[in-house]
Amino acid sequence: MTKQQRLFEVVRTGLAILIALVIALVIILVVSDDPGDALYKFLLGPLGSFRHFGNVIELMIPLVFTGIAISIMFSAAQFNLGAEGGFFIGAIATAFVAIKFNLPPVIHPIVAILFGSLVGSLFCGIPAVLKVKWGASELVSSLMFNYIAFFFGLFLINYYLRDASAGAMVSFLFKPTALLPKLVPKTRISVGIFAAVALVAVAALFMQKTRWGFRIRLTGANAKFSQYSGIDTNAVVVYSQVIGGFIAGLGGSIELLGMYTRFSWQNLPGYGWDGVIVAILARNNPLFVPIAAFFLAYLRIGADIMSRYSDVPNEFVALIQGTIIILIAASSFLAKYRHKLVFKEATRAVSAGGDR
Amino acid sequence: MNQVLSLIFAPEFGYSVLRVTTPILFATLGALIADKAGVTNIALEGIMLIAALSGVVFSAITGSAGVGLLAAVAAGGLVGLFLAYCALKLRTDIILSGIAINLMASGGTVFALFLIAGDKGISSSLASKVLPKLTIPGISSIPVLGTILSGHNVLTYLALAMVAVTFVFLYKTPIGLRIRAVGENPNAAASVGIGVTKIQYMALALSGMMAGLGGAYMSMGYVSWFSKNMTAGRGFIALAAEAMGGATPLGSLLTSLLFGFFDALSNTLQLMKIPSEFVNMLPYAATVVGLVVYTVQKTRRERVAREAAGPTGNAAASGNGATR
Amino acid sequence: MGMDELLRMEGITKVYPNGIVANKNVDFSVRAGEIHGLVGENGAGKSTLMKILFGLNQAEEGRITLEGKEIRVDSPYAAIGHGIGMVHQHFMLVPSLTAAENLVMGLEPRKGIYLDIAAAIRTTEELGKKYNLIVDPKATVRDLPVGIKQRLEILKALFRGARILILDEPTAVLTPQETEELFSQLKLLREQGNTIVFISHKLNEIKELCDRVTIMRSGSVQGTFDVSSVDEKDISRLMVGRDVILEVEKDEAEPAETVLKVRGLVVFDRFKKRAVDGVSFSVRRGEILGIAGVEGNGQGELVEAITGLGAIAAGEVSVNGKDVDGMSIREIREAGVCHVPEDRMTYGCAPNLGVEANLMSCNHDSPEFTGPVFLKGKEIRANSQRLIAEYAVKCSSPLQEVGMLSGGNIQKVVVAREFSSGPSLIVADQPTRGIDVGATEFIRARLVELRDAGAAVLLVSADLNEVMELSDSLIVMYGGKIRAYAPDAKAVGEEELGLYMLGLKNQSSEEIARVVHD
Repeated sequence: MTKQQRLFEVVRTGLAILIALVIALVIILVVSDDPGDALYKFLLGPLGSFRHFGNVIELMIPLVFTGIAISIMFSAAQFNLGAEGGFFIGAIATAFVAIKFNLPPVIHPIVAILFGSLVGSLFCGIPAVLKVKWGASELVSSLMFNYIAFFFGLFLINYYLRDASAGAMVSFLFKPTALLPKLVPKTRISVGIFAAVALVAVAALFMQKTRWGFRIRLTGANAKFSQYSGIDTNAVVVYSQVIGGFIAGLGGSIELLGMYTRFSWQNLPGYGWDGVIVAILARNNPLFVPIAAFFLAYLRIGADIMSRYSDVPNEFVALIQGTIIILIAASSFLAKYRHKLVFKEATRAVSAGGDR
Repeated sequence: MNQVLSLIFAPEFGYSVLRVTTPILFATLGALIADKAGVTNIALEGIMLIAALSGVVFSAITGSAGVGLLAAVAAGGLVGLFLAYCALKLRTDIILSGIAINLMASGGTVFALFLIAGDKGISSSLASKVLPKLTIPGISSIPVLGTILSGHNVLTYLALAMVAVTFVFLYKTPIGLRIRAVGENPNAAASVGIGVTKIQYMALALSGMMAGLGGAYMSMGYVSWFSKNMTAGRGFIALAAEAMGGATPLGSLLTSLLFGFFDALSNTLQLMKIPSEFVNMLPYAATVVGLVVYTVQKTRRERVAREAAGPTGNAAASGNGATR
Repeated sequence: MGMDELLRMEGITKVYPNGIVANKNVDFSVRAGEIHGLVGENGAGKSTLMKILFGLNQAEEGRITLEGKEIRVDSPYAAIGHGIGMVHQHFMLVPSLTAAENLVMGLEPRKGIYLDIAAAIRTTEELGKKYNLIVDPKATVRDLPVGIKQRLEILKALFRGARILILDEPTAVLTPQETEELFSQLKLLREQGNTIVFISHKLNEIKELCDRVTIMRSGSVQGTFDVSSVDEKDISRLMVGRDVILEVEKDEAEPAETVLKVRGLVVFDRFKKRAVDGVSFSVRRGEILGIAGVEGNGQGELVEAITGLGAIAAGEVSVNGKDVDGMSIREIREAGVCHVPEDRMTYGCAPNLGVEANLMSCNHDSPEFTGPVFLKGKEIRANSQRLIAEYAVKCSSPLQEVGMLSGGNIQKVVVAREFSSGPSLIVADQPTRGIDVGATEFIRARLVELRDAGAAVLLVSADLNEVMELSDSLIVMYGGKIRAYAPDAKAVGEEELGLYMLGLKNQSSEEIARVVHD
């Protein structure tokens, strides 16, 4: 991407977000009795206290994981939506290790997280294999596998790991050795954030600086060209989704051991779908994923705070998210402006070439 | 095991199969109409949710179940049109548009529910209406069949009728012909003056209305309230059912019944000692298995056809895994 | 022209946005009730002219008159409204619908809200009987043989009221029997007063079927003749020829050992026809072997089989002694083959990725450009900058998207990538199609340089200029077979070449066998 294009994408993203926020503003104005206060809470609430800002960071971490998982799969043009289930089933697998195994500190979470990640990669790899072997749509099968992961996971928790004395449907407490230490006091931010930072760096390097990442981008951009170039596109299709699943499982594992002391999820957490928003905002570029994840987390926490202190329910944030997805992914949104830019650049390149 | 079999062969089980098949069948027919026009409606899930809420709200406001039903269908049609607008006018990838609509629907319905009913989980504070159940005079007195077929919600009968209506619409009317032409070879359709985009708008609207009926059934028939994310993936199942049904109305009916069977089975098995989560998994697992069996058969059939015709010599055709 | 002139196109000039002049002040006229042949090489402008007539393209200049009155044809609907119908090479049919449904699509007979399928079937039968174009109305189009599909396309045009039928190379996809049938049907249509424009490369067909023939070359009309007054050789001479002799400076080739060996190769096309039918030849180090021929005579399938994009049905293809059959594309590339594809936007590049990514697609995993884990960014950038400079690719930066470049510059990116891989065999399929003169000359000069450096070059080109000037020796393909071999490309006259290309003349098998160097 050249500088102009990058600028264009920034403008486009900004404008899409702006339009979405205007819609949010309108909703708040209509719904709220005290729109000024609601809006203040929504936009600035997350900055209002240390704890609230901590919440933003806590929420941002899983979004970074699923955002990168989805980015990698989308880069290969694979619409695998299994990050949702991969995140969940990865957490289940981790819970299993965290509860059933006795291992020394440090080693314990590493083993648990690795196991969770492997289960996640297996999980997202199945739709990939079904596609390569028989042409089954990875979109449809990954959607089904999400539900399978959910119920299967709950089954495992309730029948093998359930703490009957706890009242609610939750697992036994994790062994203390398995928990990820907290990093920032008074928040639930754990050392898992280092893993997120490392992942961003590794994923960016992988996609931009290794041959495997290059093949994913090439195959996603033009599979026929990729094949003509001698690349085994079927292998790319499979490994991109296996890697995506690994990262989703990694995210689920770290989320679980960093934020909780026992498994207590009763629903799919939805971070897989959020990953789609993050990936679209970040243009599938791992380097931009933290920014997008921060933005989304900020929006969510802002909405939560607003709903707690005002009369606007936080779910309205879903409308903003949907609007952002549609506008950013809309190829005809600002297409005229882009066309002009392209034309200008093309003529400039030609005249520059002429001088040579 | 005997207990299971006796449950399955009880006429009441047949009744509950039809009962749980209804919403899936509507959504599957919705998926079918869109697919025939060459557009993927992944927003079925969200459309059903929105329609389910619309039905509850409008029936509570007007005190009429009929108005609620109309509102649900209209809402479905409008969301279908919105999907068409995003995909065909704004040129957002239709899958992403569908994902966006689903996200908006799952949050937006809770948002609206809270504003209207003051609750984020369930609409029980609204005095919403349910659609009537019908007892069919002749059939209800037949021993087993009567128990299975009679006494269903009016929408269950409508769903079964819709299979025939969809068949007639797609295969026996000029518009149906155009929809199929557009979905299969848009260039051919355009070359004889058929407005491809117009047809796709229409198909998505109809697809949305069909899912709207399914949504109405969820909140005004299956149960008598709206609850958060009550569709539980039925819209996604419908996509799989449609693919597995070979994109035909009759196939859609059969695959929907198959999932209905597993859904009912899971409800029945929950009464027994079999873990409910395991059982809940059944419809989804059955979908995947069905989808794989279907695609395996399809590839095998195509391969046989290809070999019969002699090698075509195109490695690109067999290895285009990454193209969609 | 006389009283019976039905349609006239006058002074038609068409310039495509990329600057190519497809039609230069073309005059073309058709008489009522005739079958009018339109012949010319690929790129001669026949298709463009007919697309203008059918409203698919708009001419910059010129006018169209029908029965003396000027008409505007700005869309296919307008053309149909004037009674002009066209049967395309790619059928505009919906495979899963029945023949009757395809026929009435868009103009469906109705009975209440229903489609009156009985009426549609009746119409298909009646129309079929009337024009002797019998199609089973209830058959699903997918199951119909190609010849019947074409018949249905003609019926579709007639159903919509066409009096003038344009057939774009209708026999290209037909078997000889089907062709014969088609001809008798077309003759019947003529007897019934219809007018037909018949586009073809096959002169025997023109002789058999047409009343008059118009010959085009390089966007201009060379003449219109009564078919009875010209023989095939006259047509061939007018059709195949060179306007500008574009000289390529090169020394005498010094062919060494065989690099590419093709023996008895058979390849099927997508219609399951034998597109390449028992072809044998060799390409040696230090020579450019050209393949001349009208497009669609098996050259594309031949190239796909050699480069691994297509399957080999029978026979042998080997490169430097290694059998290519069963190798992956990657292995074929590693064996020293590079490939300039015919369709550069589909196979030759990823338009949305940068120039650099497109330059490194094939060799990104060579030790030169990647370590055990990471790509060597600096080396890659240096290499892409070197290639951009060396091949004079006009781009704003190595990161600029390839899709934004002009056709010539995109092609330079493709050849830069392919030629820089150190190939021992270069397969260049239409390497200069649709690009500007500067890029064309550049690419041709590079091919010669690479030949001199010891590469074997297989050049496929529908551009006669190119294939004669650039090649050291050449073969001519027609109907999937080699029809002639010229050890010295310059020694063969273009007139004679035309006879081979159009299937009017064959060399003896002994003469052809000289291209097999063992």
